[in-house]
Amino acid sequence: MIRDLVIVGSGPAGYTAAIYASRAQLNPVQYEGSVTAGGALMTTTEVENFPGFVDGVMGPVLMEDMRKQAARFGTELITDDVVEMDLKGDVKTVKDGSGNVVQARSVILAMGSAYKKIGLANEDRLSGRGVSWCATCDGFFFRDQVIAVVGGGDSAVEEATFLTKFASKVVLIHRRDSLRASKIMADRALNNPKIEMLWNTEVVDILGAEKVSGLALKNTVTGELSERNFTGLFVAIGHIPRSELIIGQIDLDNEGYVKVEARSTRTNLPGVFACGDLVDHTYRQAITAAGSGCQAALDAEKFLSH
Amino acid sequence: MATSKVTAANFDEVVLKSSTPVLVDFWAEWCQPCRAIGPILEDISNEHGDKLTIVKLNTDEESAIAIKYGVTSIPMLNIYVNGEVVKTIIGAKPKLALLKELEAFI
Repeated sequence: MIRDLVIVGSGPAGYTAAIYASRAQLNPVQYEGSVTAGGALMTTTEVENFPGFVDGVMGPVLMEDMRKQAARFGTELITDDVVEMDLKGDVKTVKDGSGNVVQARSVILAMGSAYKKIGLANEDRLSGRGVSWCATCDGFFFRDQVIAVVGGGDSAVEEATFLTKFASKVVLIHRRDSLRASKIMADRALNNPKIEMLWNTEVVDILGAEKVSGLALKNTVTGELSERNFTGLFVAIGHIPRSELIIGQIDLDNEGYVKVEARSTRTNLPGVFACGDLVDHTYRQAITAAGSGCQAALDAEKFLSH
Repeated sequence: MATSKVTAANFDEVVLKSSTPVLVDFWAEWCQPCRAIGPILEDISNEHGDKLTIVKLNTDEESAIAIKYGVTSIPMLNIYVNGEVVKTIIGAKPKLALLKELEAFI
């Protein structure tokens, strides 16, 4: 059987695409990911800026509700990973982790992004030994300890603020002299007595034999090197697009984001559409991802009707 | 067989004194990646439980054991052979990747 549409990924972009596509009766099958279902919002806490939720909504609740809404209109949800895709030709092929193959005339790519690593040799070695990428998972284990967060955007600031619930002190390390985060988030962190800002500073090494004991730091202005004791390091320096499965068959930009034709979600391959963090350097919000997921479904619907 | 719950009361008997390898899943209710791999571990236990016993330890309820084994990230999977930790897997991984990591035990 050749289906109309397969959706790969399940953040706000993927689920919104599924809601629109299933209401348009394209009978989409959606691969949610075996451990990544729901996407980046699954490890966040309260989302205060998604319109319609006057008092905010927890990220995982929002995603669970989007999922139910997609299911309600008949989206076939598969909680597995896609391991291979062939996007060229009129019939696209998607293979999953259990070995099943789905064929479809169109594909919506919504694989989102993954955490970016600092790129230090000791980062992997000490991962789970004090180095973490998930404050909501691991913050609990740093009760009454002094920990560091590296980064300057919304994620870093949100994590630092969240971690003050547990840690005795959170030092936010940023290589510039001002935060990139939205003003309300930045002000909240700057006014938090448990958060200390370390401006113009880069992490050059993570110290510790069995577990994290400290960081080697470099002042980006003076070049001065120093060391400081920490028991934990939370990395929140940004994201990389999860385009690894489609390298070589679709046009990507220098940073690995899928290229789309402006004001649409059309990629260079007919019948293949991309949305959400996979295409977006700039906005990276739940609402913009959802908006582009809607566009992708409408673009796919139009493509299929011709 | 299905996974079972382990606590401080039976940790010695079920994990440390086991004559076969035991995988302990350190998890918590509020940890989304932990919840994501729950069903995968259930599957693996059903398929390979004869060789590898899989048990779950709630780090909220059993924080003393979590601290003893230096847990700072969950999900964390420790494999015990003859009472010693012989392998640690950190972070949620898809079933195929987990099976590959567990190759030596199943």
